[in-house]
Amino acid sequence: MSAPTYDLGTLHGGLRLDAHKGASTRMPMQTMPIPERLVLPLDQHVGEAATPVVAAGDRVLRGQLIARQSGAIGAAVHASTSGTVVAIEPRPVARRHGDPAPCIVLESDGEDRAVEPAKTPGSPGETRPEQLAARILDGGIVGLGGAVFPTAAKLADARSAGLDTLILNGVECEPWISCDDTLMRERADAIVAGGRLLLEVLGIDTAYLAVESDKPEALDALADALGRSGDERFRLKQVPTIYPSGAEDQLVQLVANREVPSGGLPTDAGCLVQNVGTAAAVYDWIERGEPLISRITTVTGPGVANPMNVLVRLGTPVADVIAFAGGYTDAARHLVIGGSMTGKSMSTDRVPVVKGTNCILVLTEARSSGAVRACIRCGECAAVCPIRLLPQQLHWFAAADDESALREHGLLDCIECGCCDLVCPSHLPLTTTFRSAKARIRELEDEKARARRARRRFEARRERLAREEETLSADLDRQKRVAKSAGADAIAEIMRRKRRQDDD
Amino acid sequence: MLTAVVLFAAIALIAGVVLAYTTDRLPAPDDDIVERIDELLPQTQCAQCGYPGCRPYARAIADGDAPINLCPPGGETTVRRLAELLGREPLPLESPPPVGQVAVIDESRCIGCLHCRNACPVDAIVGAQSLMHTIIESECTGCELCIEPCPVDCIELRRTA
Repeated sequence: MSAPTYDLGTLHGGLRLDAHKGASTRMPMQTMPIPERLVLPLDQHVGEAATPVVAAGDRVLRGQLIARQSGAIGAAVHASTSGTVVAIEPRPVARRHGDPAPCIVLESDGEDRAVEPAKTPGSPGETRPEQLAARILDGGIVGLGGAVFPTAAKLADARSAGLDTLILNGVECEPWISCDDTLMRERADAIVAGGRLLLEVLGIDTAYLAVESDKPEALDALADALGRSGDERFRLKQVPTIYPSGAEDQLVQLVANREVPSGGLPTDAGCLVQNVGTAAAVYDWIERGEPLISRITTVTGPGVANPMNVLVRLGTPVADVIAFAGGYTDAARHLVIGGSMTGKSMSTDRVPVVKGTNCILVLTEARSSGAVRACIRCGECAAVCPIRLLPQQLHWFAAADDESALREHGLLDCIECGCCDLVCPSHLPLTTTFRSAKARIRELEDEKARARRARRRFEARRERLAREEETLSADLDRQKRVAKSAGADAIAEIMRRKRRQDDD
Repeated sequence: MLTAVVLFAAIALIAGVVLAYTTDRLPAPDDDIVERIDELLPQTQCAQCGYPGCRPYARAIADGDAPINLCPPGGETTVRRLAELLGREPLPLESPPPVGQVAVIDESRCIGCLHCRNACPVDAIVGAQSLMHTIIESECTGCELCIEPCPVDCIELRRTA
């Protein structure tokens, strides 16, 4: 039942990269001590930032809700340990490349006392899947593969879309990162249990566990866990080690052999993809009452003395994690949060580990290599693009700021995997160009929406003014009619009275 | 030979009748072109072009009465798009475009005179006689039309970006 299977769809392009994962998986997972100060950003996820429910000076316990989810798409934040809230203020965060964003600063009391997990108020007649879905919302769980989309919102979408396949993503195709590999080796049972909960929420009974072929230990651990659970609904799928086979749409293509339509989501192909870490987090919250307050992070790269995977409380400064891994080597030059392909370069290590921090990578040189030259139209970029886009064409259109051509050529489907950058012999910063072109298109869309609204208001105002004008002239007409019908004597009488008043 | 001549004459005649009928009876596509020009304008309703709002300006452009470079909020982009749509030469802007801005009332100095409220082309100012006024920031287009009428100069422009 749980022998890895291979019948796969195909992936266009992609790259076989040096994985660099061995360094951080040499030793088993380490657990980091709780630091004195934790910094918990309010927007660790896609969607609206959470709203604080504590104030400076409040004492909190581990797992206590400190910021509630706001907006339709959002996630709650919980205290990572017990202690005192010392401030709610802007601090540098990784999501903004080290620029400040609102954070709750927590001072640990060293006792790490847990709160009794709050019950999710249920409504009568609620089915078990509905209860579970509501419960997941309260756990502050987000997609831990890096996209940090709130899991509850994703599940709600999936439930209404009606789908048949759950894919647990353990591919982890990006170089350097090995936190999912570590999780699969150490906590395979939690992943399977979380997957079973997700199947229950979705009301479906097909699930794939997808793992890259370069992770034999993880494959073995998952096969064992599946054997122990005896759950026939899961199938282990081994996928080839090609970057970016772990990207959502690409994984759907590989595992289910279905194509996600342009502009669509995996749900449009009847699939839901969840990271294995997310599944384990769902298990931890539902069965053990522990919300998302810690995660496994890979700290690695030639700039780190002792690469490893560590279990870290959210809010721990990145600098502390690097120090725990033996500190920087002399050659360390460049800090990246995330992997070498899609990670964000940081100017400071004073940012905290958050829900989406899968990797802390210290390199000995900046990632861009070589001087930028003109495009020679070699077409290498088109050959490796997993979306089958034409990066060299998009590059010209972006330079010309030609919005409609960019749209026509599918810019909005670009997943920013960075393959085109890597193969470009002219070292063009293609992904960066595409990212800003996308932002520009979104900006134009916003502008258009604003213009439409202003026009509606302008027209409504004109109508209102016309209406007022009409009422006014109708009133005048009426007064004239009244005066006329009263006759000349009455008017003369009024004029006399007025003159008398003026004389007085 | 004769058949061909007769045939083509007949086709030309029928086509001529149809075309004459449609130009005469069907509404001219003027409204359509005004609509499409209006679509490209930024809808600030600021009247900086000299026309009382975006749609009147669009009509003036369509009628050939106004050049396409009178809209500062639209910037170079709007001029370029209009040039593309109308097949005219893109002209340089008459006055430089303002950056993204909204008007803000200093509420401690507002005397509640209603002048700004009546000037606002998109009804983005809330207030009543002798009571403090305020601007709904999300609806303000930054058109500056409220600045001039204010007798106590309590309205200022603030960058949004």
